[in-house]
Amino acid sequence: MNLTLNGAPVSVDAHPLKRLLDVLREECGLTGTKEGCGEGECGACTVLLDDQPVCACLIPWAQCEDRSVITIEGLGDAHPLQQAFMDEVGAQCGICTPGMVLTALSLGPNPSMERTKEGLAGNLCRCTGYEAIYRAIQSVQAHKAKR
Amino acid sequence: MHAVGTSVKRKDGIGKATGQTKYADDLQFAGMLYGRTVRATIPCGRLVGVRHDFDTTGFTICDHRDIPGRNLVSLIVDDQPCLVERDIRHVAEPVVLLAHEDRDALLAANVLLEYEEQAPVFDPTASQHVLKELLIEKGNLDRGFASADVIVEGTYRTGHQEHVYIETNGVVAVPEGDGVVVYGSIQCPFYVDRALRVMLGGQRHVRVVQTETGGGFGGKEEYPSMLACHAALLAIKSNRPVKIIYDRVEDMLATTKRHPSIIRHRTGVKSDGRITAMDVDVVIDGGAYVTLSPVVLSRGGIHAAGPYRCANTRIRGRAMFTNTPPNGAFRGFGAPQTQFAMEVHMQRIAETLQMDPVKLRERNALRPGDLTATGQKLRDDCSALQVLKEAVKRSGYRRKSKKYAGTNRGIGVALFFHGSGFTGSGELKLGSRAAVECTESGVRLLVSSTEIGQGTRTMHAQIVADALGIPYEQVEVAPVDTSIVPDSGPTVASRTCMVVGKILERASHELKEKLNGMAPAEYFRLRGAVRVDKQHVPPEWLRWDEERYRGDAYATYAWACDVAEVEMDRDTFEVRPIRITAVQDIGKAIHPALATGQVEGGTAQGVGFALIEQVVMKNGAMVNAQLTNYTIPTTLDTPAMDVVLLENPFPEGPFGAKGLGELPIDGPAPAIVNAIRSFGIDVREVPATPEVVMLAAQGSRPAVERHVDVLTYGAPVSASA
Repeated sequence: MNLTLNGAPVSVDAHPLKRLLDVLREECGLTGTKEGCGEGECGACTVLLDDQPVCACLIPWAQCEDRSVITIEGLGDAHPLQQAFMDEVGAQCGICTPGMVLTALSLGPNPSMERTKEGLAGNLCRCTGYEAIYRAIQSVQAHKAKR
Repeated sequence: MHAVGTSVKRKDGIGKATGQTKYADDLQFAGMLYGRTVRATIPCGRLVGVRHDFDTTGFTICDHRDIPGRNLVSLIVDDQPCLVERDIRHVAEPVVLLAHEDRDALLAANVLLEYEEQAPVFDPTASQHVLKELLIEKGNLDRGFASADVIVEGTYRTGHQEHVYIETNGVVAVPEGDGVVVYGSIQCPFYVDRALRVMLGGQRHVRVVQTETGGGFGGKEEYPSMLACHAALLAIKSNRPVKIIYDRVEDMLATTKRHPSIIRHRTGVKSDGRITAMDVDVVIDGGAYVTLSPVVLSRGGIHAAGPYRCANTRIRGRAMFTNTPPNGAFRGFGAPQTQFAMEVHMQRIAETLQMDPVKLRERNALRPGDLTATGQKLRDDCSALQVLKEAVKRSGYRRKSKKYAGTNRGIGVALFFHGSGFTGSGELKLGSRAAVECTESGVRLLVSSTEIGQGTRTMHAQIVADALGIPYEQVEVAPVDTSIVPDSGPTVASRTCMVVGKILERASHELKEKLNGMAPAEYFRLRGAVRVDKQHVPPEWLRWDEERYRGDAYATYAWACDVAEVEMDRDTFEVRPIRITAVQDIGKAIHPALATGQVEGGTAQGVGFALIEQVVMKNGAMVNAQLTNYTIPTTLDTPAMDVVLLENPFPEGPFGAKGLGELPIDGPAPAIVNAIRSFGIDVREVPATPEVVMLAAQGSRPAVERHVDVLTYGAPVSASA
């Protein structure tokens, strides 16, 4: 089956019912997508499927045919959101961070606080109490505004 | 430029945000097998048969007979087996280990366990098996009660709490030499190292490497020893790397939780609010094995009288065995339970006396020079009054309590404290070590303290940089590998900054003298390697009587006050926290952003403990062992937080710092329940789910009648000796 993974066409041979999460981690070697609960509650495995955040633990691989999947690796290592999460301590242990960053990205530029909270409600963080995650997202906006 | 006191760039790098950082489940080794644990499904009984109802070709199978050393998870008391031999004491107790290269085949393997069942005990107050008892006595209780104008009694309860680190427990064991190296999600690598040596018989090579750890909160303090022993057994038998990663259900079902508690208070007060006598009875549910329960009871008991002065105090505590998985370390370690009871009880005393709850706390709060329940004389860094006043002012408590009266909003306060470091002579016994050494690029610090999200690496590097007077960027942190780093003790008990940080500070001072003005890299180039190892030295004035529970229970305490504002739906009794003001005196914030993160994260966990996190046990097993049914606060459940850090320095801490990690979880539950109480609803337990609040509301009476009720509520304490 073919899909666009992080902007590049790829072809992967795996059982169609295999979880997207396992295909990414095991077949594609992209371990930035984390498993937290395996039932779509924690959001640690969030990836963008056609730009929409989804839990990769709930998606059978076959559903991704001819679609675009973006994982945390697809952002490279210089995205301002990534640095903001580290600088503002929006990441503590870091296990929820890839999913958080991708969900935050899907909120588009300058999300209001209300939209941020609603948008991130499917991504659990046990370390931060979320406040520093809001600060990280807002700091990117502030940074952009300055430029 | 100083690093300490500024929010420098963290040593973690960018990897956590790019997905490049490797956690246990991200590790791959050639020829690696996956491991699985077959567990008991009954809470109490005997194992009489094991049948392998599958084709065992390609499987590695271990049971207790494969253990080369002692069948034991070595911790405090030698009672918990690594694998069941005959007796089963709780559901999910490990019996057989399987490994296979194909995970589907592994999961499909059917192992049948046959039992003789016995009658289990689940109620800690009905259990006949005492795990540990303690008694703390001060003054004369009878005289204290005799001089009281009013006696207030009550019983308070807290439930289990699950850690829900987002990364579940997991390790990979790899054969190395005649033994193993274990990589894993671990808080205390030397606990694991020791457990492996005992289980393997003491002769074999053992090395433990902490992988980046996706949250711990105490949940990866003792349990990883069990998991590492299992993976090591399979790895040695198969001579291949073996990875065991628990899924969420297994993690919640089998691993430790916060101890449930039932706490009774009987307090004598003068009509002006002065406390004359405190009698506290603490019962905690230890579960099926000792694990860390004696120490949890100890910390819980020492904090049970709260941050208040009282000349006549008795605190009795019992940890009881039951047939549930052992309860264990969880941020706060007994203190959140006992201080919940104390602070809700204080609220009820204020209600009884019809006195302002802030004034009641002001009147009784510990001051420098006062004695705690164990007779510890508090020093100048005791700031209970200051945090209380600051929180009341900052939150607008007085204005809001008037404004909210009669609305669906309520406000509550909780004053609390938390001892830094191991209890009593614990730190002396540990004798923790840490080291600093010159490298070609600067200085490297070596500790076994683990980074589990809280910022250990960064905070330690800041201390070393400033103690040496070198740029923070020149300090690197050694990987936590038990073959490389000295044993700095476990990463628990709010000790990593105050205790281990202090050892590093002393080592750095000595290294600075050796360098004699030279830059570390230059010294390394010209004179070669130089390293300073130091051991922890407790304050020379610290005295502790382990037998009588008298003296300096901790080197010092951090002090804090939370004010919680909540909104309640009068139809559904759902309580939503709106805002928490958290004023916390931690001596010195080495890294203000990380310190604030600890308070915000701990407060959010406290909100979960207070309102929504409910472990439902049935026949000794957690029946809601998945995140669908056991919910932790999401963005929409977490209130706005206003965190204020105060800095009354503790002279024996590095740059004045004290313990911080656990403090913030002690306050939210009582502050929130006290806010619910401001509606006139007599809630005395957490989690205060809508059902709990509704039942309390149905049973609640007007304040005047409740005044009578509180005097007779609950069974007399003397009946429970």
